Amino acid sequence: MYDIVIIGAGIAGSFIARELSRFKLKILIVDRQNDVGNETTEANSAIIHAGYDAMADQLKGKFNAPGNKMFDTICDELDVPFKRIGSLVLGFNEDDRKTIQNLYNNGLKNNVPDMRILEKDEILQMEPKLNEDVVCALYAPTAGIIGAWEFAIASVENAMDNGVELELETEVTGIEKENFGYRIYTNKGEKDTKYIINCAGVYADVINNMVTEPYFSITPRKGNYYVLDKGLDLVNHIIFLCPTDKGKGVIITPTVHGNILIGPDSEFVNDKDSTATDVSGLRYVKERALLSSKAIPFNKVIRTFAGLRAHSDRNDFIIEEAKGAKGFINVAGFESPGLSAIPAVAQYVVNIMQKLTGGLIYKDNFNPRRRKTVCFNLLSDEEKKDIIKKNPMYGNIICRCETVTEAEIVDAINRNCGARSVKAVKKRTRAGMGRCQGGFCSPRVMEILARELGKDWTDIPYDSTKSYILTEETKRNQQDNDSKMGG
Amino acid sequence: MISYDIVVIGGGPAGLAAAIEARNYGVKKILVLERDKELGGILQQCIHNGFGLHIFKEELTGPEYAERFITELKSLKIDYKINTMVLTITKDKTIHAVNPKDGYMVIQAKAIVLAMGCRERTAGAISIPGTRPSGVFTAGTAQRYINVEGYMVGRRVVILGSGDIGLIMARRMTLEGAKVLCVVELMPFSGGLTRNIVQCLNDFDIPLYLSHTVTNIKGKDRVEGVTIARVDENRLPIPGTEIDYDCDTLLLSIGLIPENELTVKAGAQIDMRTNGPVVNESMETTISGVFACGNVVHVHDLVDFVTEESRRAGRSAAKYVQKKLVEDGNEFKIEALNGISYIIPQTVRIDNVDKSLDLYLRVRNVYDRVKLVIKADQETIKEINKRHMAPGEMEHIVLSKDLLQEKSFERLTIEVKEGI
Amino acid sequence: MNKQELICINCPIGCHLEVTKTDQGLKVSGNQCKRGEIYAVNEITAPSRVLTSTVRVNSSFLRRLPVRTNKPIPKSMIFQAMEIIDKIVVNTPITIGDVITDNLMRTGVDLIASRSLSE
Repeated sequence: MYDIVIIGAGIAGSFIARELSRFKLKILIVDRQNDVGNETTEANSAIIHAGYDAMADQLKGKFNAPGNKMFDTICDELDVPFKRIGSLVLGFNEDDRKTIQNLYNNGLKNNVPDMRILEKDEILQMEPKLNEDVVCALYAPTAGIIGAWEFAIASVENAMDNGVELELETEVTGIEKENFGYRIYTNKGEKDTKYIINCAGVYADVINNMVTEPYFSITPRKGNYYVLDKGLDLVNHIIFLCPTDKGKGVIITPTVHGNILIGPDSEFVNDKDSTATDVSGLRYVKERALLSSKAIPFNKVIRTFAGLRAHSDRNDFIIEEAKGAKGFINVAGFESPGLSAIPAVAQYVVNIMQKLTGGLIYKDNFNPRRRKTVCFNLLSDEEKKDIIKKNPMYGNIICRCETVTEAEIVDAINRNCGARSVKAVKKRTRAGMGRCQGGFCSPRVMEILARELGKDWTDIPYDSTKSYILTEETKRNQQDNDSKMGG
Repeated sequence: MISYDIVVIGGGPAGLAAAIEARNYGVKKILVLERDKELGGILQQCIHNGFGLHIFKEELTGPEYAERFITELKSLKIDYKINTMVLTITKDKTIHAVNPKDGYMVIQAKAIVLAMGCRERTAGAISIPGTRPSGVFTAGTAQRYINVEGYMVGRRVVILGSGDIGLIMARRMTLEGAKVLCVVELMPFSGGLTRNIVQCLNDFDIPLYLSHTVTNIKGKDRVEGVTIARVDENRLPIPGTEIDYDCDTLLLSIGLIPENELTVKAGAQIDMRTNGPVVNESMETTISGVFACGNVVHVHDLVDFVTEESRRAGRSAAKYVQKKLVEDGNEFKIEALNGISYIIPQTVRIDNVDKSLDLYLRVRNVYDRVKLVIKADQETIKEINKRHMAPGEMEHIVLSKDLLQEKSFERLTIEVKEGI
Repeated sequence: MNKQELICINCPIGCHLEVTKTDQGLKVSGNQCKRGEIYAVNEITAPSRVLTSTVRVNSSFLRRLPVRTNKPIPKSMIFQAMEIIDKIVVNTPITIGDVITDNLMRTGVDLIASRSLSE
């Protein structure tokens, strides 16, 4: 019997699990994917918004700016890449100026610090590659960029370090109310629990409807993105266009790893698994991005992807005990600024749990710090020298584009919440994330995975266990025969 | 600090030939750095035959071609390190490299030869719409899995791009029991060698669809199918021409890109047309004493030409170390005009040209019965009739030193003139 | 007239050949060298190919050894040859050119190692 089962290991489920791992609770996280942070979490803008655009009377507005403030400490504890590079919302005409003034005023209501409205000269000084037609911009220095999936992985790892359990490729098929709480039916058996926290992303309504009357719906909003190669000197801040009804508009931003990310468009789709990129969406992204900067080198694109945002018909986060289901808490409609708000949201959820349980008890031995990961590429020459001496596997470069060593990959596999697939290695170490997209390193990553997990190469998947990479060995007609030769 | 006269970065065909040639020209302290677990580079996975016709007058497989050079390198007692990755090169020719055995190394060289080869263009680079399941491989990666690691990558295969590796892999996968459904080429002509179309596709009745592309990838976990469509003259898919294929694998053979991250970091000038460094007649980059050869300079279709070019680079590096290379003197630029996509080298110091100057170029389109017109500052100095030229086949032009010395000029141009 | 068109595969030039059946035998045109003529006649009368593949190898360094036929084999026998190759296992050390299987399918052609492998 679990105290709490968290359904979904995205940003919300992962970080809520980590915050609840401070208390004496038996907690299980289940996710239908073969890795944590494998849906919306791995396919979004990875931005920590300053908090000026959500309305103050909404949960989005209530939690964004406070959440933003908490990232420095959290990312230090969890060893997650995070940089406060600031954001600019560009205005090109008088209408935009009004919008920017409104955003500024709303930001004041939300207690967003240090905002300024900039004029053309200063903008172009800060960002010389922007479209010179820019007339004004809202500058919010507290906006930042983060490694989004690293944040989910680190949260779950830290939660597991503190006793939380994780079961992957576990899909919830039904939930029954019991006198002790709930019985959750999954493809991997039943889980009994007193409380459920529903963090199922675009499926949050489906999960809710397993226990109670439908009272909200989640519609996925798809967004296409381009990823550009490293080393392009394009922008230093997060660049927004003025928001439209299609969301915050197309963003150009550096990533924490030095790539450039451009996107998303916004299209409501019916299929909750529809992460296929599409021509029209990508074209829209390109056209809109070129309004912000005409200097984007689209010939340096190394990848395109699409992700889904979980948009609720309440047009806000839904964070509450479900109507008609005691002890079942929804964390739903968690679209942007969900990532930015999660630290504050998690505290709010902890408070809900405090009330429901009549008081949670702190663990004495809670460790808020995740063991630091080594990023060989970022070490100084002297540090590189020392670390190879200690562990020669740091001298074996597996991914040449991102300079990822064998030691880093082995570590990523053998930690709590360790990598089980080629993609999971990529998310943790960046091996295969670079310009050759794993062309050179994927056979070697597979070799290391097979060795560390004691599996055959053919059993190492790209992502889910169904996403096999290799079909079988060549020369499989091997049998005893007389053709042998040699020593 | 370790020091060498010449450090060669890359132990593939380019690096091996350059190192051997430099030794034959009298340089004693030479070091080859190779990132893989053995020398030979990509040739070790190119188990098909067709290598060496120019250099050895016989048809060798990739490993056989490589082994001849590896044996020679070893017999010449040239130092080499395997499993070694170069992290940076500086302008003063210091090399930072790591391997598990020696750890972090700083190596000072008098001259450097860049021979890092190239990488494959990926699905990401061409933004094929659709899902991102497993089962999409670049042809070279599939080649490594099948030929070196001994694993098949799929059973029903569509290949996008008719570059040589794609064609070779069509045959290879067919022989290993896979069904290759078709090869799809965006351009109206193949980028591969004719012999490969005959031997790898026609022999096995594999259709080649020119002016087609892949417009969608389907499948959640593993590729379940692709859609192909005909393209118009702007290379955009024509609606209504789509054909769906049920397949578990999409192989990509959509081009190779010289791998020049080290070159760029070192500060050498890059030619946007080749994606490789700008080089002179001695295969020297814009950094004095840093030479480059093979696919890191421009993508070759025959390894024999890589060997020839790399010997030139190795010879030049030897001369540089021996201070025999003329650093100044008359210099002219070479420019590609109508119909030519690029020419190697980009600059020439005539004093370093021995008897003749070798130029390598690619044309932009397929041409039949045309002339290559070579001009020195507006004045035509040579015309060469060409029966047939294609982008997939590199052209080699030899100009005698006498011809180039008749009078001084600043700019040598080459263009395609149609209608002869 | 009995004509057949071929593309020569001897070298990268890829000459477009035309083979005509005459009373005096086969007549080849379009070739730029003697090898083209030989290829065309062979291709019409007895097409053959050098076959390259890999075999299993008991080695700590490599999982597959590249091999090839030392001469072309009849095109029609290629898949039959692959079935034989699929069953071969070799041990190290191997020297380049070592015969892996001699007289493959009684063609007089040997299957040989394309590389050396010490361990």
